Amino acid sequence: MVSLRIIWNIFAKDLRIEWRNRETLASMCVFGLLIVFLFNFAFEGAREETLRLLPSVLWVAIAFAGVLGFNRSFASERDNACLEGMTLTPVDPSLIFLGKMLANLVFLGVAEVVMVFAAALWYNVSFLPALGQLVLIAFFGTLGYAALGTIFGAIAANTRMREVMLTVLQFPIAFWILMLSIDSTSDALRGNPSGDWFGGVARVAGISLVFTIASFLLFEYVLEE
Amino acid sequence: MPPAKQTSNPMLETRNLTKFFGDLAALKEVSLSLHRGESAFLYGPNGAGKTTLLRMLTSLARPSSGQVLFDGRDIERDGTHAKAAIGFVSHATFLYGELTVLENLQFFGKLFGLNGLERKINAALDLFDMRERSAVYVQDLSRGLQQRASLARAFLHDPDFVLLDEPFTGLDSQSVRNLETLLRRLPEQGKALLFSTHDFEQGAALAQRLIALKAGRVRYNGPLALAPFKSLGIVRNSEPENDG
Repeated sequence: MVSLRIIWNIFAKDLRIEWRNRETLASMCVFGLLIVFLFNFAFEGAREETLRLLPSVLWVAIAFAGVLGFNRSFASERDNACLEGMTLTPVDPSLIFLGKMLANLVFLGVAEVVMVFAAALWYNVSFLPALGQLVLIAFFGTLGYAALGTIFGAIAANTRMREVMLTVLQFPIAFWILMLSIDSTSDALRGNPSGDWFGGVARVAGISLVFTIASFLLFEYVLEE
Repeated sequence: MPPAKQTSNPMLETRNLTKFFGDLAALKEVSLSLHRGESAFLYGPNGAGKTTLLRMLTSLARPSSGQVLFDGRDIERDGTHAKAAIGFVSHATFLYGELTVLENLQFFGKLFGLNGLERKINAALDLFDMRERSAVYVQDLSRGLQQRASLARAFLHDPDFVLLDEPFTGLDSQSVRNLETLLRRLPEQGKALLFSTHDFEQGAALAQRLIALKAGRVRYNGPLALAPFKSLGIVRNSEPENDG
């Protein structure tokens, strides 16, 4: 119970800061929408082609919007060394990780809803036939990506070229989550031609949980100098 | 009231603490101890290693070699007990600019798991005369007021061991006097105090012990009255010079 309260406090603190300055969500949504909108002009082809390429567009938009969000998430922690302030308290570092990750997950989730809704309109694609499957893929894909963004955001926060560093550090590892998410989303949108809808979700869930657990366990070493 | 009697076991102990930044040795084999009811101040020129030492005592920085023990426990292995007992003020305020002073204290108070949080927050605010500014965003406060808010955060959980890195920075004369009064009372309450300052006379007026650092090494660690001021390069305003 105590642990849950601490996670909630850190999460609520990030929500409160975001509610005050509205910088993170706004920049994530605008950037994500811009990518989805611009790619719309490149897709003049058949419906099958759109369904094959749209997942890549969406996950690229999610990935880059996520980087913006993770950088902003640790900007407020970097000012006045607030992350260090949290580590001065007798709180388990893994709880700090979970609180921050939860906030990143929610911000990215909200941005995703906006991007998917826009994509449905601009690309004239319905996500409803495979909604359950897509929600699961999006949830697990975003979970793993937010976990990596949180741990690498904390690492990059103490570097000089932090905006660049986050991308450079995170993408080579996040590649596996993004690749499987794109593949599974593509399958789901095309009505699962292989007939195995569970396999795609399980692969994304599996790799995301591995990265989430690894980030959870390693976060305390990141907080050290 | 006289200072609380020292117990045999030190509250804080460092053993051969060494810290390298690349090839540069910021601290070299620093061994010292501090008991409950003791007050000491760190004195030395810029780059002497004062801030590095204080950061390692709070486990914000990891030693390259050596140990920091708090109540006999290695803080690298078991730092929770030390963190609950230490109040630390640094050059950074550790406060969120987008939150008010009150919200910051509420947040950190919850992380410390404090009971009777509202009462403790009010006590900390009153201690540094910040009650009227509790609803102001930290980013809108002046440097001096931010320092007072930072001090309120550090004293919120009634720490047994107070570590302060240049605590008087930015404070007005009234706030300096209030802080000095507060710091003088700590040893009487059985708490330990270690702080750094560039103002030797101010440190000497508040602490019983001097820890002089130069180039990462401890040059003197002992009672102020016995300090060899001349060989330490310290010129005092009023006290007779020792050179022992």
